[in-house]
Amino acid sequence: MTISADHTAPDTTSTATPGNALTEAVKKFGITVEDYMLPARHQIQMVDPDGRLKAGSEQGTQPGHEYPVPGDKELLAAYEQLVVGRRVNDQNSALVRQGRMAVYPSSHGQEACQVAAALCLSDGDWMFPTYRDAVAVMTRGVDPVQVMTIFRGDWHGGYDPLKYKVGIQCTPLTTQLLHAVGVAHAAKLRGEDTVVLAMCGDGATSEGDFHEALNFAAVFHLPVIFFVQNNKYAISVPLAHQSVAPSLAHKAVGYGMAGERVDGNDVVALLAVLDRAVKLAREGSGPLLVEANTYRMQAHTNADDDTRYRESAEVAEWRAKDPVNRMRVYLTERGLLDDDGEARIAAHAEAVAAQLREGLGEDVPVDPQELFRHVFALQTPQLKEQSAMLADELARDAAATDSKEAGK
Amino acid sequence: MSPTITTPSEANGNVSAATARAAASAAASAEAAGPQPVTMAKALNTALADAMRADSSVLVFGEDVGMLGGVFRITDGLTATFGEQRCFDTPLAESGIVGMAVGMAINGMRPVIEMQFDAFAYPAFEQIVSHVAKMHNRTRGMVKLPMVIRIPYGGGIGGVEHHCDSSESYYAHTAGLKVYTPATVADGYRMLREAIDSDDPVVFMEPKKMYWTKDSVDLGELRRLHERPAEGTTAGRTSEGRAAVARPGTDATLIAYGPSVPTALAAAEAAALEGRSLEVIDVRTIVPFDDETVCESVRKTGRAVVIAEAHGFASVSSEIVARVQERCFHYLAAPIRRVTGFDVPYPAPKLEKYYLPGVDRILDAVDDLQWEN
Repeated sequence: MTISADHTAPDTTSTATPGNALTEAVKKFGITVEDYMLPARHQIQMVDPDGRLKAGSEQGTQPGHEYPVPGDKELLAAYEQLVVGRRVNDQNSALVRQGRMAVYPSSHGQEACQVAAALCLSDGDWMFPTYRDAVAVMTRGVDPVQVMTIFRGDWHGGYDPLKYKVGIQCTPLTTQLLHAVGVAHAAKLRGEDTVVLAMCGDGATSEGDFHEALNFAAVFHLPVIFFVQNNKYAISVPLAHQSVAPSLAHKAVGYGMAGERVDGNDVVALLAVLDRAVKLAREGSGPLLVEANTYRMQAHTNADDDTRYRESAEVAEWRAKDPVNRMRVYLTERGLLDDDGEARIAAHAEAVAAQLREGLGEDVPVDPQELFRHVFALQTPQLKEQSAMLADELARDAAATDSKEAGK
Repeated sequence: MSPTITTPSEANGNVSAATARAAASAAASAEAAGPQPVTMAKALNTALADAMRADSSVLVFGEDVGMLGGVFRITDGLTATFGEQRCFDTPLAESGIVGMAVGMAINGMRPVIEMQFDAFAYPAFEQIVSHVAKMHNRTRGMVKLPMVIRIPYGGGIGGVEHHCDSSESYYAHTAGLKVYTPATVADGYRMLREAIDSDDPVVFMEPKKMYWTKDSVDLGELRRLHERPAEGTTAGRTSEGRAAVARPGTDATLIAYGPSVPTALAAAEAAALEGRSLEVIDVRTIVPFDDETVCESVRKTGRAVVIAEAHGFASVSSEIVARVQERCFHYLAAPIRRVTGFDVPYPAPKLEKYYLPGVDRILDAVDDLQWEN
């Protein structure tokens, strides 16, 4: 048919206006729009570095920024994943040193962020991780060996993003935030209640796609949680060179969304803040920005030398805030964790590490023809030709090797 | 995959549905008359509307594509007919538009997005090169990106800087992208519908100087052929990878695509008056390239000129010359010539006539093909 120019005006009542939803959020919490969007004056911290639960009045909460302490069962499950995540990080770094993995950007020290990012989501939700978020992907339920394929060197990704609802770990900074926005937008158009968690680091907030993604999510009023792990360094460049905003969470208000900052080494606070963010987003609050204050304990990758740009005293200071130890103390003192429990969790972590050693230790055969197989859904004649050329080249190499062997 | 979308017609009464039915019936009666003069713009607009009607996962978005209908009116009326959830304006951010489309395609949609002008697409380059082109390969085919990036391109409209670039070589050079460019009104309809149906991402380059070109076209018949190809006719035949012989000839082959096809046809017409029979090949899909049709023509005529508006250096035209030379060397009576834009930034309006390949420059190149008599 032909669409004529003299069409009737579109029915604007069909689109939810973000203003209304914001008003509802404000009504819900009884605070002003600014107080809803601006992060609380202090970061949310529930368990201090010594593993002690802070008094409610000292957790950084304020009206409209209130967070219940997550249940014991959730916390114990999170601790188990913390221990597994730490073991995986250190196992992978060892595999790199042994030359069995090409590279591994470790999240050692950031495991609380990794675990909380995965545990706050439901099965139908989506996650868009970065290259440093392997532990989050694994915690989401993806097979550990499949997660590490990207670093093993035989393909760019090892798991099915559609099956697990996890994007392939993204190397270009913040480009995946827009994919998260698109996934959320498609779900919203179909009337599904999917929430999407999109991850990036502090340095990445300087990228243009960070801005475009937050703005699109806000304008289209989409259920996306932007989860920024502020680990203080972009390879060697400290946060002060990326932004002079009061905090990265403050960027939210500029887009018309709510922001919050949380102690990124306190998995209790992380779960509390992310659980509520997911709940709000699912109920139609629009996007939210959560900044986790954490620290990259190791170099950017094995190819990096962090002694060139930071002091060991700074690293030591953060070692005292370790997320795994903190939870061990907290759960033990609350009587939720005993020696048997510790032993069981340690055995779980060791089993995953063994799985990685086995899976990444074996020399996976590569298929040269796979170079051509997945470029297009419908292959081009040009790629068919090039595929035949490589097959012929390999056949001739094999024949030459055979005749050499025969001639010996 | 065809997800259910709550359309405004379902959510808010049947206003849009009634409008759509009325428009469809008006269109059906208008098209019953058979071939009519139709512009390229109308053919593209009709293709979008038909694709949206055929599949609720087809979405259209970009800058000014909603109420305004696009700066070239290619999306005219789509918001009114299909609602703001199916055709909508985005914030002014090209990387955002492409990146969001990637996510939508991951999650079951078939987005058709508009880059307002060729040179305005450059902010989206990272999304296109690093994700649109690579997602299928990266995921071993587990994630398909059925999306179309429409880009009005090329000059000849007296446009100011940043409005007249021929950017096809960037996309053609990027492994993982299909690149289509129609040069006739009928192909505008056919190729856009096939691009939308494709499970591969397609960069759909629209020659903007041809938006107002009219041909006698039966849009109803094109729709019927696309949606219900008759047995033994066009069933199973797609435009992808098929060049067209736009004008048969015997003495030399002019190879062109998009906005250069009408120029090549005009040159062939002028050459005919001088007694020289030129065959014109319309490449249609740059990726995949139809080596067979192009080489068949060159082997027959023994001479070839490649014509393109884009700069010649390291371009689609260079690639065509290289491919033809590799495959037709022993049939060639003369080196293949190129008539392309000069290797200068696209000029200001008063200078574009010196830049663009024209009939005279093409005929000069043909004259240089080492004729024996």
